[in-house]
Amino acid sequence: MRRDHLTSHTSARPVLEIRDLNLDFGTPRGRIHALRDVSLDVPAAKVIGIVGESGSGKSTLAYTVMGLLPENADVSTGSILFEGKDLLKLPALARRRLLGDRLSMIFQDPMTALNPVRTVESQMIDIQHHEQGSRSEKLARALDMLQRVGIPDPQTRIGAYPHHFSGGMRQRVCIAMALLVKPALLIADEPTTALDATLEVQIIHLLKDLQKEIGCSVLFVSHHLGAVAELCDRVVVMYAGEVVEEGTVRDIFHNPAHPYTRALLECDPGRIRQKTRTLPTIPGEIPSLLGSKKGCIFRARCPQAFNRCVQESPIEYRMGLDQVARCHLLDKKRLVSA
Amino acid sequence: MPSVEASHSEANEGEGLGVLRSVVQQLRNNRLGVLGVALVIFVVASALFAPLIITHDPIRIMVGPRLAAPSLDFLLGTDQLGRDTFSRTIMGGRIPLLVAFASLGSALAVGLLLGLIAGIGPRWLDNLLLLVFDTKRSIPSIIFALAMIALLGPSLATLIFVIAIGSVPIYGRVVRTQTRALRNSEYIAAERSMGASTTRIVAVHVAPNVIGPLLILVSMDIPAVIAVEAGLSFLGMGVRPPTPDWGVILNDGYASINQSPWPVIAGGIPIVLATLGFTFLGEALRDIFDPKLRKDL
Amino acid sequence: MSALLRVEDLRVCFRMMGPLKALATGTKSPFIEAVCGVSFEIRKGETLALVGESGSGKSTIARTIIGLQRAVSGSISFDGQEIEELSGTERKPYLRRMAMVFQDHVGSLSPRLTVRSLLTEPFRIHGLKDRDVGGEAERLLRMVGLPADFARRYPHQLSGGQARRVGIARALALNPDLIIADEPTAGLDVSVQGEVLNLLARLQDELGMAILIITHNLNVVRHMTDRMAIMYLGRFIEVGSTERIFEHPRHPYTKALLAANPEPDPDAVLNRIELKGEVPSLMRRPSGCEFHTRCQYAQDICTRVFPEPSASPHDTGHSFRCHFPLERETVAPVQERLGSSVGPKPARARHGRAYALATAVGTRKARPSTEDGSLRKISPKTKK
Repeated sequence: MRRDHLTSHTSARPVLEIRDLNLDFGTPRGRIHALRDVSLDVPAAKVIGIVGESGSGKSTLAYTVMGLLPENADVSTGSILFEGKDLLKLPALARRRLLGDRLSMIFQDPMTALNPVRTVESQMIDIQHHEQGSRSEKLARALDMLQRVGIPDPQTRIGAYPHHFSGGMRQRVCIAMALLVKPALLIADEPTTALDATLEVQIIHLLKDLQKEIGCSVLFVSHHLGAVAELCDRVVVMYAGEVVEEGTVRDIFHNPAHPYTRALLECDPGRIRQKTRTLPTIPGEIPSLLGSKKGCIFRARCPQAFNRCVQESPIEYRMGLDQVARCHLLDKKRLVSA
Repeated sequence: MPSVEASHSEANEGEGLGVLRSVVQQLRNNRLGVLGVALVIFVVASALFAPLIITHDPIRIMVGPRLAAPSLDFLLGTDQLGRDTFSRTIMGGRIPLLVAFASLGSALAVGLLLGLIAGIGPRWLDNLLLLVFDTKRSIPSIIFALAMIALLGPSLATLIFVIAIGSVPIYGRVVRTQTRALRNSEYIAAERSMGASTTRIVAVHVAPNVIGPLLILVSMDIPAVIAVEAGLSFLGMGVRPPTPDWGVILNDGYASINQSPWPVIAGGIPIVLATLGFTFLGEALRDIFDPKLRKDL
Repeated sequence: MSALLRVEDLRVCFRMMGPLKALATGTKSPFIEAVCGVSFEIRKGETLALVGESGSGKSTIARTIIGLQRAVSGSISFDGQEIEELSGTERKPYLRRMAMVFQDHVGSLSPRLTVRSLLTEPFRIHGLKDRDVGGEAERLLRMVGLPADFARRYPHQLSGGQARRVGIARALALNPDLIIADEPTAGLDVSVQGEVLNLLARLQDELGMAILIITHNLNVVRHMTDRMAIMYLGRFIEVGSTERIFEHPRHPYTKALLAANPEPDPDAVLNRIELKGEVPSLMRRPSGCEFHTRCQYAQDICTRVFPEPSASPHDTGHSFRCHFPLERETVAPVQERLGSSVGPKPARARHGRAYALATAVGTRKARPSTEDGSLRKISPKTKK
């Protein structure tokens, strides 16, 4: 099966526009600058993947959009435009009305994302509190949705409690609940990480099919490159709180421009066909995010770092039609070619 | 980050010391904890060094006028028998603190031991010990205390015994629950996979982890025991006059509260200080031992 | 080469409910069989992988070998000595020669001990007090590539990869002959995952110990192991050399597992068997071939007859439990496959009948769309 090519741009306004977002966490040791000048767009009816290792800020970004940050988080600058409204400036009540209506989320751990002491039925009816209609209509919608996410025999299963479902089934219930409200944007935070490989494939296909059917946008957060390659239209690569590269899934996987993206792809043992005793790694560790940093965030681990990387933070360099990366090397290339 | 300066040689068996050191380190960063420790040291030291501090013989009557107001000679005034209230208050802390430490100390030791046995031992032993704990807890403590006093006669030893017996089931249950939870943890499995004996696992890996929560309970219980001792003495079931004791001072003071408030104040202040001190200390310890509240080291 | 560890017909059960509840609910057996009749061996210096989804019993095997779990029956012998029956103290000398790296990398480190105490714990447990423990800790840290000042840290001050290194260093402390690594890379980022695997490979080259890796990640297995065993519901369904299984899986489940790891390439040709549904509950094992509920090739016989292990004609070390084992290339023309499977005769007499059956039926299966008339004729034979 070949992925259909997605070069055409939607002329409509993106569902979600994040501009120059900066977020700090206040800790006893100082402020941790967890998101640095993050900008990204989620176009309508597209699946956008955010990849990065732990500590890259990808989940923090998802939680910021949902407004689910802990108390010590502080958005210092930036805006998050959702359907034209800035979520950060919206009053709390208006923002809450969007959640579970236009915006919904699937969490990493399907074991804890559902209330253990209430039946799936009551939770699925409750989540439709924004909608019109009688209880029986809502129940019918819930049953229909459970059917669509592949839960066998929904009529009897809907009365069960979450612990009666296996992990994969519970994640299906979570997806059913998230999509029941027909959101404009679904945020999926590592939805397959807690599942076995065979179930992961099932869940990814389910998400893909339902996304096409419902026509919503999906922001898919994952550290699993294979899952992202299979599901997403566009990919955003994050490292240490910054977006280092963004582009279509083809460009990112076939023609990565940033040294970090390249290193990350090389590390995936699934790519290595030849049997080897030494797998590629990225030497070094993610830098501390305390305080502000000058220069390129990846320079300490970058095999191609040079003087300019220490002194100056790279800006976004555009490559080709639709790919941007923050790396000085790209600038040099352009100078050479010019 | 705590600076755990363990030298090579000392760190070999120094796990316990490391825990103590990090606790002290964290206590120092906790304002309430510092206040608690200061108050506890103040109260305990004044009781310990009482003979050096007192200005008059606490038992001799008519060292001054009856029910005098505080003065330079009598710092907290005198009571209805003309005894120096300051000296009596300082000396009066010895018995409540002795009762508290002796009873809770022995309860801690026995409760820890029984709790560990119940937690790590076979199921039948666990059930048996739980049955014993719950049987004891189902007897109302006041009735148990009065029965024991009637049986053994009112004495300090009886008091200590009654309080200790009353606290063992509570501590035992806490330790047992903690041990049960730890027993299934991966690091205990890792120890067993290396061939560690049960004794070693309990002593090195379980006990240090359950003793923290237990210390919190004990330090919170100390004020309660001081109050119980004072209450029993107040009711005349504890120590006998003329022995100075905070409860007795309060008792005597109440009789003459119309003439002078000073004996009541003098008997009350140390109880308040000791209670606050141990409570603050317990709260601080709870913050330190609770991993969820623990600051990133 | 002689076997270092030999496991024979191992069975491990867990009690699911008390006897009263079992009586009340009418359950025949209150036990579930987490591991049922598993046999394998590991030679000195060899790496074997146990692969399977959660609930397949792979971790239970590891915990039974190391003595954290008792077997119901079967034998585990280490260097020729039966160890399953041994009590804690009798087992201790053998625990010196094998060590386990746990899945929960931070959780398996005692939280109140420093890294130095953790690393030297094995010496103290085995009464080796005369060693220079400070020096040993430093040596072990150097071995796994951590700076010496890590000795003063506590487990919660370590990152996931660092904690995993400390776990490996502790396992190496007494220079064991066998290391059991339970999901050594679970929860680690790809770049760190490579570091940990490289470390294990390097240490194996240097120290020559055998490794038993338990994982659900086939990518880990491909580069690290000599042989692998795929588990499903507590049984081995395919065993063989890693190379051969990757090249030519015979069991549809193995093939599905191999394909289940999405490739990091948006244009990858997805030649995948997608599994339906989930792993069945151990309380209600399917009849016949236990995989038939999820198998796209399942036929009538699969629901009734439990497949015996059959061996590959080319490689006696490669065996599988399937009535319709996959042929070399699923998309190859039917003619070709017919020819290849009819040709060679079963190599081993012991599995002869089973193999003949498997191949005979397998050729028919090769055309899933074909009318099953021929199949039905064969099915009754299998009952005999």
